[in-house]
Amino acid sequence: MQDHENILQNVQKLTPRERMAIEVQEMPCQDPQVRATNMQEVALGYSETQARLEAARCLQCKTAPCIAGCPVSINIPAFIGKVAEADYAAAADIIKESNLLPAICGRVCPQEVQCQAPCTLGKSLKSVDKAVQIGRLERFVADWERKQAAEPAQAGGAAATDTGRSAAPAEAAEVAIAAPTGKRVAVVGSGPAGLTVAADVRRAGHEVVIFEAFQKPGGVMVYGIPEFRLPKAIVREEAEKLERMGVRFELNTLVGRTRPLHSLIEQEGFDAVFLGVGAGLPKFMNIPGEILIGVFSANEYLTRANLMKAWDSAKAATPLYPSKKVAVLGGGNVAMDAARMALRLGAEEVHVLYRRTRAEMPARAEEVEHAMEEGIKFQFLTNPVEIYSSGDGRVAGVVAQSYELGEPDSSGRRRPVAIPGSETKIAFDTVIVALGNESNPLLAKTTPELKVDKWSHILVDGEQRSSMDRVWAGGDIVLGAATVILAMGEGRRAAASINAALAGKA
Amino acid sequence: MFAILKKQQLSAEVYRIEVSAPLIARERKAGQFVIVQTDVEWGERIPLTIADANAETGSITLIFQTVGATTHRLAAIHEGGEIPAILGPLGNPTHIENFGHAVCVGGGIGVAPMHPIAQALKKAGNKVTIIMGARSKELIIMEDEMRAIADELIIVTDDGSYGRKALVTEPLKELCEQTPKPDIAVIIGPPIMMKFCAETTRPYQVRTLASLNTIMIDGTGMCGGCRVEVGNETKFVCVDGPEFDAHLVHWDSMMSRLRAYKSSEDQAHEAVHAEGGCQLGQAIASQKKRDQ
Repeated sequence: MQDHENILQNVQKLTPRERMAIEVQEMPCQDPQVRATNMQEVALGYSETQARLEAARCLQCKTAPCIAGCPVSINIPAFIGKVAEADYAAAADIIKESNLLPAICGRVCPQEVQCQAPCTLGKSLKSVDKAVQIGRLERFVADWERKQAAEPAQAGGAAATDTGRSAAPAEAAEVAIAAPTGKRVAVVGSGPAGLTVAADVRRAGHEVVIFEAFQKPGGVMVYGIPEFRLPKAIVREEAEKLERMGVRFELNTLVGRTRPLHSLIEQEGFDAVFLGVGAGLPKFMNIPGEILIGVFSANEYLTRANLMKAWDSAKAATPLYPSKKVAVLGGGNVAMDAARMALRLGAEEVHVLYRRTRAEMPARAEEVEHAMEEGIKFQFLTNPVEIYSSGDGRVAGVVAQSYELGEPDSSGRRRPVAIPGSETKIAFDTVIVALGNESNPLLAKTTPELKVDKWSHILVDGEQRSSMDRVWAGGDIVLGAATVILAMGEGRRAAASINAALAGKA
Repeated sequence: MFAILKKQQLSAEVYRIEVSAPLIARERKAGQFVIVQTDVEWGERIPLTIADANAETGSITLIFQTVGATTHRLAAIHEGGEIPAILGPLGNPTHIENFGHAVCVGGGIGVAPMHPIAQALKKAGNKVTIIMGARSKELIIMEDEMRAIADELIIVTDDGSYGRKALVTEPLKELCEQTPKPDIAVIIGPPIMMKFCAETTRPYQVRTLASLNTIMIDGTGMCGGCRVEVGNETKFVCVDGPEFDAHLVHWDSMMSRLRAYKSSEDQAHEAVHAEGGCQLGQAIASQKKRDQ
């Protein structure tokens, strides 16, 4: 154990060896037993000391492979350097050059396969777990800034003494907007891709209207990702920030139905349209019994619990299915969210059934760890072949088959191979299918000139332009089910292209 | 916000509201529906069919029966009040063409969504026969509107208090036995009625469409809560429907799924009954019937 005070006082003079010797700062979390019964955020965030110690671990290496690992290329060493110096406002400014939603990304990005994967420190210490905890630092900076905005006088004063730099008032900390161009941009969908485009395009001085089908903005960040992983207040703040920038939200509007895509361009006079509608069609397994009561797509299960707030049965009108023993099918983040949500909604036992093993799970490492700590049971190399009922139309269990791992497949992961004759019955009253989504075919169906591939993903060029004039697309509707940050990366690219196109037309 | 321009109580548990929703009124076609929420923070999202619309005045007409928490809350909003969220029009429009002779069967409040479909079929040049059925006289809705469209209107009630004392399947069968038989039948009503209508037309090979109203959340294809078995495939009512070949719909599993949350709906319904709301409604409704 080193002298933390000493480290923090001499942070600029530390040798690489000294930096490497600082231990990884663990994320403080709610106790697993306690959090499994509440909806509050699991990870509590670094303290200031922890953040500075973690930042001091960064070797500030010249190659900065972390930047290439970030889908939106945040200048990671620069912002971490500022955290080490306790200049959080400067750190926030650096992040915001590339990422407008750091409080969200710091919480939901799979850093261990992105920025933290190539980290020189992690490589030197021979473990990706020992890489600089970039995501946690990003979250720390974003939360620090949110706190400033919420209580400017108090926190601003404190920051001034801490950093020797007077904190900017909340308004001035917000984004500068270019003079009005007279151009109008429609953003369809208010998920991570849409919000990113809206911000970037608005900053260039264009008028922006976001169309959202649901009653609240945020897309997957409000209907899909649970409160305990991403507090909805953060998403709301981001939407409010856009509103203060002059972005207008039109909720309860389904483009393709309420407003046909053509009408946005031809009648409403939008100069550009960005389609960021997400991948909204849940996949099922096509096995017998999926029509039974008690079988849910993870989308439905999580939407009921998150967006419709069915977890609060005293207040919410949306009912929840009473589950005691739940099977969640899948190994991604959505599967983890559904499993942990089921536990919080009162299930006595929650099992994740996954065809492969822990090593192949696509979920963020932290989510898998948290799920395990909370008591979720994992049945690896297991896949249901049938869902059965006891004759009342409701789920009574699954017939599960065992698997073993064979040769690697196209994804590089070892292919699961079914073991014949290994079928066993396992009793469950609820089955949640979390096997990903297909693209919603609605826009393609109502807009024939919009070219899509056989999975209904919208086809785009390197600048996110679709086959339709003045229409760009990005996020899951292009990528298939991906991540928040990849959607934002696409949004940034689309916004740059839209801004260039509109500037050219001026 | 969507203002309620006009509100009428049609029977003890059935309401008709005209709501200001200009975009939906402009875009909607026969066969489509909306998702309604009475409270965007805590409310549920429920599908309601569009009974009528006026693109000029920018209004849509919704007819609903108070069966769960949300329909009760909706019934409690007064004329001049507002519905916080309506999303639509959703679902695929009915395929309309001149089939020849079209039979439209509406049971209970299924008559409401049938209205624009019958209207569109008539406009396309079809001979339109409408069969309307209800438990009793006071549950017959939209009679004048349907009479204005129909070449032939047949009203049946279970108890014989109005029209023929029969189930809708009886006149439907008689029509199927005629030569030439009807070219198409469209059926909308309680699932059990639609199931038996499908069984009625099946032996006569009369093409039959049913419009399904299942449990939904988003209504845009995202949740899959509305899924039904049609033929050997799983379909989403919200994006693949709401209309399907009635001879291919797996009615028993559809009806089973509608009962998934039955106990909580009953609680909401009983809670309102316990407050006396419905008895009052019933009294008002029967008073109105007497006055007519």
